[in-house]
Amino acid sequence: MKIMVAVKRVVDYAVKIRVKPDKTGVETKNVKMSMNPFCEIALEEALRIRESGLASEVVAVSIGPAQCVDTLRTGLAMGADRGIHVESQDGLNPLSVAKVLRALVEAEKPGLFILGKQAIDDDCNQTGQMLAGLLKWPQGTFASKVTLDKEKQVATVDREVDGGIETVLLDLPAVITTDLRLNQPRYATLPNIMKAKSKVIKKYTPGDLNVEMKSDLEVLQVTEPPKRKAGVIISSVDELIDKLKDEARVI
Amino acid sequence: MATRALIGARSRATFRLPASRFLSIGPISRFASTLVIAEHEGGSIKAPSLSAVEAAKSLDKDNSISMLLAGSGPSLQEAAAYAASCHPSVSKVLVADSDRFMHPLAEPWARLIQLVQQRENFSHIVAASGSFGKNILPRAAALLDVSPVTDVIEISESTKFVRPIYAGNALCTVRYTGAHPCMLTIRSTSFQAQPDSTDSKAHKAPISQVDLSTFEEDTIGKSQYVKLTSQESERPDLGNARIVVTGGRGLKSAENFKMLEKLAEKLGAAVGATRAAVDAGFVPNDLQVGQTGKIVAPELYLAFGVSGAIQHLAGMRDSKVIVAVNKDADAPIFQVADYGLVGDLFEVIPELLEKLPEKN
Repeated sequence: MKIMVAVKRVVDYAVKIRVKPDKTGVETKNVKMSMNPFCEIALEEALRIRESGLASEVVAVSIGPAQCVDTLRTGLAMGADRGIHVESQDGLNPLSVAKVLRALVEAEKPGLFILGKQAIDDDCNQTGQMLAGLLKWPQGTFASKVTLDKEKQVATVDREVDGGIETVLLDLPAVITTDLRLNQPRYATLPNIMKAKSKVIKKYTPGDLNVEMKSDLEVLQVTEPPKRKAGVIISSVDELIDKLKDEARVI
Repeated sequence: MATRALIGARSRATFRLPASRFLSIGPISRFASTLVIAEHEGGSIKAPSLSAVEAAKSLDKDNSISMLLAGSGPSLQEAAAYAASCHPSVSKVLVADSDRFMHPLAEPWARLIQLVQQRENFSHIVAASGSFGKNILPRAAALLDVSPVTDVIEISESTKFVRPIYAGNALCTVRYTGAHPCMLTIRSTSFQAQPDSTDSKAHKAPISQVDLSTFEEDTIGKSQYVKLTSQESERPDLGNARIVVTGGRGLKSAENFKMLEKLAEKLGAAVGATRAAVDAGFVPNDLQVGQTGKIVAPELYLAFGVSGAIQHLAGMRDSKVIVAVNKDADAPIFQVADYGLVGDLFEVIPELLEKLPEKN
C-alpha cells in the first residue's frame, strides 16, 4: 500500500506575526517558514506505518510557490520516499487544494491519505474533509490514534472530539487528519538530510491536473485584533479577591 | 446593517441580471434563507447550535431560518419539539429520522446536507464550529462544490464575514462570491444565544420530516461508529462556562490538578488546561484550551502556571477578565492579564480556597 501525505509551508509556529500596514495580509517576507506542525505529525504517522511493514511507500505532496520544495525536502529528510510539488501562486484555498489532491490520488492510487487537521496560518480545518468528500472516501478527522488492519483493509481511528475520544472504523482507502497527540515527529538527521537531496520531487502545475485554481472567497482586509488594555500586577490574594469582587464584579 | 446587506444583494442582482429580470431570483437571492445544522442531546438542542441560530439571524433581517436535526428514536422527536420553540427566528424544523444518523458520522451527514440543499436551495448553511461542525460541514461543502468559511466571529453583511487567522493574531474580513449555498461554521462564543424571551414560549415552528426515500449514500458501510470514551463531569461545560479555571505545566502533576478542581467547584467554574498539561497526562484532551483545542470567552478566566504561548492565548484572549498567577514575572500571560499575581500557585490556590466567599 502507498500512503500519500499533504504538507504545507507556513510561517513558523513560534513567530509573532505582523499584519501588513496596507491591511492586505500578513508579512511573510523575511519571516521564518516551516512545515505546518500538523503536517509533520501526518508525515510521522505515515512513516511509522511504513516502518511497521503495513505500507510500502510514502509520498509527500505540497502545493504552492517554488519554495514549497524546501518543505518537501524536509519531508524527504524525515523519511518520505519521494515528493510531488504542484506549483501554484493563486487560488490556494482548501477547495482547490482538495481538487488538486484528488487528481493526484487518481494518478497515484494510494491506500491511505493523511493530512494535518488544520494549517496554523489560515486555521481552516477543511482540506482533509473536502478531499474525502470529493473522493467519496470515509474520513477520520482529528486522529489521536490510528491502527491499521491489513487483512481486513480497515483503519481504527481514535478521534479527539468535544466530549472526549470517539472511535470509528473506516474501510480503506480512507482520509485521516491528525491531531497533536497522534505522535511525536522525528527530527531529520544530517545524513538523512544529505540523502534527501537525491530523492525525486516530481513537478506538476494545476493545469497538468486539469484543476482550475479559483477562489469563491475574496479577502477584503486583514487587520490586527483589538488590543487588550494593560492590566495591573497585584501583590496579594486578598487584593485579588477584592478586585474581582468590587472592580471587575465577576465573583 | 441588514438593510445594507439587502442593498448589497440587490445591486449585485442588477449587475448580474438584465434589467427586465430585476426582481427575479439571481445567483444570490435577495432574501436569505438559512439552514442551521443542529446538534441535539437528551431531547434538547445544544447551546452552540442555538448560537448558530443567533448568527443566522444576523445574516439578514428577513432571514427565514430552518433547523436540521437528524438522529433516530424518541429523543429526536423530543429535540424537534424543543427546536420548534427554542428561538423566535426559527421558522421550520426539518427532521431526518434514520439509524444512519444515530452517530455523528461525517459520511451520511454530509450526504444528508447535500440532499436537503438540493431540494430547498438555501442561501446559507450554518453550523457551530465544534468538532461536529468542523468534521461535517467541509465535507458537505465539497459535495456542493463551494468554499466554506471556518470559525466566523462577526457577520456584517449576508456575504461578509470576519474570521481569525494565525491563531487569532490577525482578523481576516472575507466576502463570499460563490454560488449557493454560502456555508459557515461560527464561533459560538461570538454569538451568544439570548435567554428565552416570553414570546418564544408561544412560538411554535412547523416540524417536517425529511423524505429519505431517495437518500443514497455512496459511502454506506465505509465508516462505522465504535464508541465514545468520555469523562463524566458535573462541572459546567468548558465552552459555555461563566468562569474557567485553567492549569498549565506549572501544576506539575495530575494530583495537583485536583486542587484546581476544588477551586473550580467553589467558583462554579469549568476546568481548562494548556497543551503542556494535557500532553503530560494531567488531564484529558477535551479540556485543552487554545488554537487547536477549545475556544472559550468566559466572564472570568483564571490561569495558574500557564506561560501564555501564542497557541494558548488564541483560545482565551476574548475572555472578559483574565487573571494570571505565575512564578515567572516575565511570562507572556501577564501581557494579556487584567490582574496578574506573581507568586507560587501552590500557595495562592490554597489561600484562594480559604478566602473566596462561598457562592450563594
